[in-house]
Amino acid sequence: MDKRIVYAGNNGEKDRSDCRVALEITASGGIQIELVSKVKSLYGDTIIRISKEVLKFFLIEHAKLIIEDKGALDFVICARLEAAIKQVVKTDKEFLPTMLNENLYTTAFDRPRFSRLYLPGNTPSLMINSGIHKSNGIILDLEDAVAEEKKNEARCLVRNALRSLDFLGSERMVRINQLPMGLEDLYFIVPHNVNLILVPKCEHASQIHQVNESIEKMKRAQPDDRIWLMPIIESALGVMNAFEIAKSATNVVAIAIGLEDYTADIGVHRTAEGKESLFARMQLVNVCKAAGIQAIDSVFSDVGDLEGLKRNVEASKALGFDGMGCIHPRQVKIINDNFLPSHEEIEKAKIIVTAFMEAKRNGLGVVSIGTKMVDAPVVKRAQRVIDLAVSNGVLDAKWSNN
Amino acid sequence: MRSIKMKMVSDRLTTNVIGRVVPTMVNGNEAIPFKGVGKHRPSGKRFSPPISSCADFPSDGNKLLPSLKESLLQAGLKDGMVISTHHHFRNGDIIAVQIFDIAAELGIKNLVWFPSASFECHSPLIKYLEDGTIHHIEGSMNGQLGRFTSQGKMKGVGVLRSHGGRYQAIQDGEIVIDIAVIAAPTADSFGNANGVNGSTACGSLGFALGDSQYANKVIVVTDNLVPFPCLPWQIQGNYVDFVVQVDKIGIPEKIVSGTTEITKSPDRLFLAELTAKFCEQVGIIRDGFSFQAGAGGTSLSIGIYFAEMLKAKGMKARFARGGSNKYLVNMLNEELVEYILDGQTFDLDGVKSMRENPRHVSTSPFTSYNYHGKGNFASLLDVVILGATEVDINFNANVVTHSDGVLLHGIGGWQNCLFAKCTILPIPLFRDRIPVIRDEVTTICGPGELIDVIVTERGIAINPLRTDLIELVKDSGLPIKTIHELKHEAEKICGTPAQVIFEDEIVAVVKWVDGTIIDSIRKVKF
Repeated sequence: MDKRIVYAGNNGEKDRSDCRVALEITASGGIQIELVSKVKSLYGDTIIRISKEVLKFFLIEHAKLIIEDKGALDFVICARLEAAIKQVVKTDKEFLPTMLNENLYTTAFDRPRFSRLYLPGNTPSLMINSGIHKSNGIILDLEDAVAEEKKNEARCLVRNALRSLDFLGSERMVRINQLPMGLEDLYFIVPHNVNLILVPKCEHASQIHQVNESIEKMKRAQPDDRIWLMPIIESALGVMNAFEIAKSATNVVAIAIGLEDYTADIGVHRTAEGKESLFARMQLVNVCKAAGIQAIDSVFSDVGDLEGLKRNVEASKALGFDGMGCIHPRQVKIINDNFLPSHEEIEKAKIIVTAFMEAKRNGLGVVSIGTKMVDAPVVKRAQRVIDLAVSNGVLDAKWSNN
Repeated sequence: MRSIKMKMVSDRLTTNVIGRVVPTMVNGNEAIPFKGVGKHRPSGKRFSPPISSCADFPSDGNKLLPSLKESLLQAGLKDGMVISTHHHFRNGDIIAVQIFDIAAELGIKNLVWFPSASFECHSPLIKYLEDGTIHHIEGSMNGQLGRFTSQGKMKGVGVLRSHGGRYQAIQDGEIVIDIAVIAAPTADSFGNANGVNGSTACGSLGFALGDSQYANKVIVVTDNLVPFPCLPWQIQGNYVDFVVQVDKIGIPEKIVSGTTEITKSPDRLFLAELTAKFCEQVGIIRDGFSFQAGAGGTSLSIGIYFAEMLKAKGMKARFARGGSNKYLVNMLNEELVEYILDGQTFDLDGVKSMRENPRHVSTSPFTSYNYHGKGNFASLLDVVILGATEVDINFNANVVTHSDGVLLHGIGGWQNCLFAKCTILPIPLFRDRIPVIRDEVTTICGPGELIDVIVTERGIAINPLRTDLIELVKDSGLPIKTIHELKHEAEKICGTPAQVIFEDEIVAVVKWVDGTIIDSIRKVKF
């Protein structure tokens, strides 16, 4: 046990719903807590009580603790305190907040993944209401959005968020760090019902195997659940090995492309029209379709340019992508709306599928609309449109009965 | 003259009709407890200021005096007087503080400051509240001034009024202004003045109208003196005693305070969009409707969604009540709204529009919000969208104190707007752990019967009194919940908040629009 003061959390001018703890373990004097908080009159007692509980859990009997609080929820306070404690106490114990029943859902292999909202893994204020924006997935990011020296406290926070925060039905995702550091991240997320893990800088199938081997060793929230993987390809080598990665394991549901790193890797600038990445993107779409999984496009980084985003989504959909990342909640609606089949697409698909069903009922081998013959792939594409529309609630599942 | 320090004692307290314990004497004057919406009927005559004579004023019309100090002396500044100022410069006001610098220098004590609103720029007045130059404030106590008041440090009891209530109090003689100081971006030496021209143009001067009409002495201070006639004359020289020319009366850039910018917060934008969708669903957005969006990022953002909806439907609104800003001005210019009836101008685009566009009209609390007038403009509005720090399960709402009990905001036009056909409060379900829906609000500023809809990011609660609205949203797919469900949801996330414990001492009272006392604010234990 050493005597220094350790810190965790954030208390900058712009930090909200967060706190910073300063902990000094002392030889005597019991637990002394100083709380500076804007919610002191409402939650002061609660904060002191939970802090004492955490200290007791880690068998700390004497300490000076200063909490500078800006309205952090309990799960945040616990994460900050645990992260501080673990800088001075060697322990494998974890102080786990209660797992919400609402968070025990699982997700399907091929559920829509149009939009996935990236959230920095160490910024609670952005997490708390993230579910209301209705992105298909929410990514708690442990990788690029977290500074090196904050990795450990982010892990505690992400773990607690997975247990305590209701994501309101969004697929619960975490982006781990590049391997091998990412393998350590798994301990903080796998037992807490993460639905999908993003594996960054993926270049070989072996990396996916490593992740899966680690997952297998851990206790899960519900033992028979699958945890899906979404490798992110961000290099020329990754692009070349994409098919091997796509086929590396049965829990790989999609591959995403990260164009900032990819363009850096091939030594070019990323442009709005994206000519420089056309090969990589088409390779990815082709590989994913061949492997029967989803192809996910890179994020659009100008948050203010919603028109540009719309054009980008349309272009992406036209290339065959099934979704893309969002870095701001404002992007979610535009991405969802534009990846969804349009009204015209749905109407056209309904006519084709209706004709197909009628032909089947009548025992006809050939589908025709009016005098026009319809090929099987056209029917298949139309059925895909219908399925997407139904699964996203824009078309009634019983549409054909009407 | 109000100089008696009244410590509230229990035999001077009563419980008003909404269940709040309020004093029956405030700063030595009798006060009427709130009786219910529309229940208090005033009697008697309006207040009259003394009759003047032309013979006492220069025949060449030149009322110029060399300095603010000289004008205050000539106006007879002395202990215990009520001094009024307006807040059209919002956080860019520099005159109010100068007045009390002068008063302090002259050794004058126990003044009452009667601003139409206060801002952070008025924090330097704390030293005059401490040294006794100012006895108390009637108007609003924002930020540092509010905290100071909450700590029980003000000598007298603060009185909070709405913009309309302020005009009512002046007109009814509830408060008698001894000296009104009107900072005017443009004026002539006769005292005609406006806010739309000059380098410190702030738009309307509507809040100073009542002061000019009813104050005993009226001083116009300007940094842009023009030859007679100063047109338009929002303030008319025949009400004005003295004119003073100074280098600078305010900082126009600071007219734009934090509450007048469109929010960038994704959660707030979500709230704004949901509110607009609700309005569309219940049929508020239709050709010829009228609306007011208050100050505050979320309320302002809703205007943008209204504009989109109107454009898509090929409709236009008949009028919008401002607080104008560039977004509302854009709607005016794109003919999505026919008139802006503007009480205060929130940014320089609003100022320019008021100056140049005859369909952008300057109004005052008299034309819009005075409850003791012959009709109430606010009740013509189809929808108002307002903020709140808290609401309770009875839909009562608070705008002046925070959940920790500290006084931090003024009422503004908030109470006056509640009379609209539909009052909507879009508010986050919790703010940095502080739940917004409480069993009981810390301070009642508006009774629940006037508040129709609470929109939060996790659901919309409709006042059970509005069965019509409840019917209109049936099967709409909007996330309709009860207020109890919303409260429960917030507390599930934040935890159940403890009861804040106050001292007994009443540090301020909140007036209802008719001059009665709806609630009192107690000293906070620090």
